[in-house]
Amino acid sequence: MNGEVPKMKPIWYFVGLVLLVMGGLVLLAGILELLSPSGRQTVLGETHPGIWWGCVMLAAGGIFYFTHRK
Amino acid sequence: MTTISLSLIDWLVIASYFVFVLGIGYYLKRYTTSENDFFLAGRKNSAWVAGLAFLSANLGALELLGMTGNTFKYGMYVAHFYWIGAIPAMLFLGIYMMPFYYSSRIKSVPGYLKLRFDEKTRVLNGIAFGVMTLLVSGINLYAMALVLRTFLGWDWDVSMWASAITVAIYVTMSGLMSAIFTEIIQFFLIWFGLFLVAILGIGEIGSISAIMTRLPESFNTLWSTSGDAARNGMEVTWPAIVLGLGFVLSFGYWTTDFLVVQRAFSAKDLRSARMTPVIASFFKMAVPFIVILTGLTALTLSKDPTTGFALLKDGGQVNYDSALPLLIARYYPAGLIGLGVTALLAGFMAGQAGNISAFNTVWTYDIYKSVINRNASDTHLLWMGRAATMVGVLISIGTAYWAKSFPSIMDYMQAIFSWVNAPLFATMLLGMFIRWITPNGAFWGLLAGMSSSFTLFLAVKFQWIEAKILTLSSVASDMSANFWRAWWAWLICFLVTIIVSLFTTRKPESELVGLVKGLTQETLGEHVPLLKRPEFFAVLSLIVLVVLNVIFW
Repeated sequence: MNGEVPKMKPIWYFVGLVLLVMGGLVLLAGILELLSPSGRQTVLGETHPGIWWGCVMLAAGGIFYFTHRK
Repeated sequence: MTTISLSLIDWLVIASYFVFVLGIGYYLKRYTTSENDFFLAGRKNSAWVAGLAFLSANLGALELLGMTGNTFKYGMYVAHFYWIGAIPAMLFLGIYMMPFYYSSRIKSVPGYLKLRFDEKTRVLNGIAFGVMTLLVSGINLYAMALVLRTFLGWDWDVSMWASAITVAIYVTMSGLMSAIFTEIIQFFLIWFGLFLVAILGIGEIGSISAIMTRLPESFNTLWSTSGDAARNGMEVTWPAIVLGLGFVLSFGYWTTDFLVVQRAFSAKDLRSARMTPVIASFFKMAVPFIVILTGLTALTLSKDPTTGFALLKDGGQVNYDSALPLLIARYYPAGLIGLGVTALLAGFMAGQAGNISAFNTVWTYDIYKSVINRNASDTHLLWMGRAATMVGVLISIGTAYWAKSFPSIMDYMQAIFSWVNAPLFATMLLGMFIRWITPNGAFWGLLAGMSSSFTLFLAVKFQWIEAKILTLSSVASDMSANFWRAWWAWLICFLVTIIVSLFTTRKPESELVGLVKGLTQETLGEHVPLLKRPEFFAVLSLIVLVVLNVIFW
């Protein structure tokens, strides 16, 4: 039927999207920092938290997104 | 301090948050076609959605900053706010009170007062709640602008108006549903944006036990120093924690504050509504692993001069709220800084959206429809809800400017909940569990409780009486005075309600069916398996609560 409103996406789908986008940006910043250090020193910066935390966010976001995209 | 500078990627992270919340508000607008959709999110949420929103409505950035700062100031005793000061009340709401709330199909907590008592009690509570909500919303906005200016150097007006207008747009478009969606996103952003601070803090110091051993006993225990107020950082005794915080303030807030209870009303059925606070209780118990750990980390670092860590000072006074932002600046490189700032922004904005969505419901149903326009149609009420959202945001902005010119109003904030919620809990408790409590008893009890709490606050603030008269102790912090004032307000409301009820006319029992225990058919969980019953998970939650308290005794 024309004009029928599609079924509403669950909140978990949007949570997945947010974590994927933000996790991707955090990971990208971590990789850029590794390749070209900005000079801003942070405590435990040598562990590159942006890289591994960005991966954690991507993994969590991927689980939410791909299990609720339909 | 010099402000934290943001990179392009940090800005992209922050911008993506604004795009998401506005986009979600727009997406949900097409599903918001009736007043039921706007005010109760269509009553179709699962227990998990309602549960996380229930918790997140309370997990604002002001709370995160304040409680981390309070941990620096008072030590582990702050965990009482998350454990004994929350969990028993949340479980009581789910197991005992929710059947009366949910089954009566009310749209707000004042709506229950109308059914159980009468119109005047409903309007009294509706007005008090509306004023409290807008005050909290405005001061939340002020606090947000203050934090952003102090740590990021952002313009006060721009950050306040940008966030307020964003909230106004998405709540106006899709009401409670968009508020709930953004609250759940806020929940995940807070965990992913701020838990890393605790992890890196433990990484720097070595372990949780290394943090604990560097702190004095008065700061690293929960109960063992509570026999004597002088022996713990918060200067409270266990009766104040149990009676004031654990009983009155906690039950008053978690069982009657419409801001949080509204999330449970959005659940799809009674079992989901009862599970809402039970699910939330498990996550509530986990919040100290962000807040308390980071507060104790900041305290431990500040005691070691070689770390170079020290809180900010404003006019010679330590700014305890600076603990969390300073740790973010200490540990987070580019990208993560943007995420941490976004987590705080999300906390502020979702907190404001929660306040505004609760305000528009109480205004529309408990004041406008109840007093001004009793014959309003559903379409008109939907329009009124949207108008109330815009007006509520504008009043919040006005309150924020007022707070800016009168900063000491922040002092009053800590006391507001004990003015409104503590006596209301006595009214609700008596109303739900004792059938002979009368409408006049409830009204005069509530009025006496609210005014006595307010008067006691002013009396101590302006030194008309000494705080020790309230706290029954020669040593008393402001926090201790808050706990005790809540207790006295509850007791006054409780006693006045009973006394007046003894001499005034009762409602016929036929009008109280479904609203009072003993007059309501008990059919809960008759055919539900054990592993799906709220009672089962409530017991599990209580066991976890006991274990946590024993571990950190």
